[in-house]
Amino acid sequence: MSWRTWGLKRSPWVYHVNVGACNNCDIEVLELLTPRYDVERFGIVLVGSPRHADALLVTGICTRQAEARLRAVYEQTPKPCVVFCIGVCACTGGIFRHAYHFSRPVDQVIREMDPKAIIAYVPGCPPKPEAMILGAVKALATL
Amino acid sequence: MEVIGIFLTASLGTLLVGMFSSWVDRKVTARVQYRVGPPLFQPLYDVAKLLCKETLISERARGRGFLMAPVVGFAAAAVAAAILWYANLVPSRGFVGDLIVVIYVLTIPAIAGIYGALASGSPHAAVGASREMKLLLAYELPLVMSALVPVIQISRDPDFGATFSLGALVLFQQQAGWTLASASGALAAVVALVCLQAKLTLVPFDVPEAETELMGGSVLEYSGPSLAMIRLTRTLLLAIAPVYFATLFLGGLADAASGWAWLAFAGKYVAVIVLVTLIRNTNPRLRIDQTMRLFWFGLAPVAALALVLAALGY
Repeated sequence: MSWRTWGLKRSPWVYHVNVGACNNCDIEVLELLTPRYDVERFGIVLVGSPRHADALLVTGICTRQAEARLRAVYEQTPKPCVVFCIGVCACTGGIFRHAYHFSRPVDQVIREMDPKAIIAYVPGCPPKPEAMILGAVKALATL
Repeated sequence: MEVIGIFLTASLGTLLVGMFSSWVDRKVTARVQYRVGPPLFQPLYDVAKLLCKETLISERARGRGFLMAPVVGFAAAAVAAAILWYANLVPSRGFVGDLIVVIYVLTIPAIAGIYGALASGSPHAAVGASREMKLLLAYELPLVMSALVPVIQISRDPDFGATFSLGALVLFQQQAGWTLASASGALAAVVALVCLQAKLTLVPFDVPEAETELMGGSVLEYSGPSLAMIRLTRTLLLAIAPVYFATLFLGGLADAASGWAWLAFAGKYVAVIVLVTLIRNTNPRLRIDQTMRLFWFGLAPVAALALVLAALGY
């Protein structure tokens, strides 16, 4: 597997999926691209289509409306790919876990489709950009 | 066999040069934005990664045409690279219609892109393809007119006579000075540079892809190895454009045996790449109607003026 993931570790392209976030995590995700953090140093680029992506940055609680969309986006992402649950909402549902519109945590939705999916968790409300970079480094190290 | 050897060397060499150029492009972009930018081998990592990924074909796509289009585009770009390098390395050979072949072959990647986008069955890609068609119609006329200026200049010289041979143009510029140094040549060079920017579909002419509105447009549905082919085609074109520009307007590679000539050629090459990158970073994206207006009513008259000046001998 090592030669297959050699390039993947050095150029993970990310696609940003908002499945019901309050926008706070989204702002922090965009901060990764700014001169202060500049993740292009590690080859990380934000792409516009899930078909180009190697990593899905999922933010927000997975609402009942968004669950089907999340499945579709995951199916359209070429494998191997990594799913990042950004923020406590995406990891567990956070303070919205009893809300009427909450479906399930993101990892359960993904695992149900693909039991071998690679899922990384970056908790926080919102997580700091440094935490996201650390999460990316740890996730890529396990490939 | 010799021809196949030249073709393989030229296309692989151009690929390496192109990867370096795309790194220069990304690094300069990053520096303009006060960022650090990607490492030197980043374009290689990107392609290596894409080649190892899964290829997805959507249900609505016409699979065979969808997957063939990037390969056809890549092959055409490689042929153009081989002809251009051959004209620079062995200017005394080559045939009389080099320049026409290069201009025609260079339209094939764009046409293949349109075909692939339409075969992918995605509405976003269809919008991207229609914009790419309009872009092709817009820049092709001024590009051909600007390429005719050096041809008219050479045809006024009794030693060379009327020829479209790139090798003859390189030899002619060794005697008569760069095309850029004449008034008509300078005008044509400006037009050609803007047209090449559109040929590379870089900002301000990136309407077919337009990440913020079409999410990748004509390349939206491609993934894995087929996306890698598209990136390699872009890489080749990024390397071909400065070579084409240097051959027509900056004297080309004057003497393949001399190290100084190679150094000067590398300087011309990097200068054109950096110029293209700076144009890309300092301009906003134009709408497709603004693009067509710019090319047809802005640049085509300038190119026509350059043709008249060249015919008068300026």
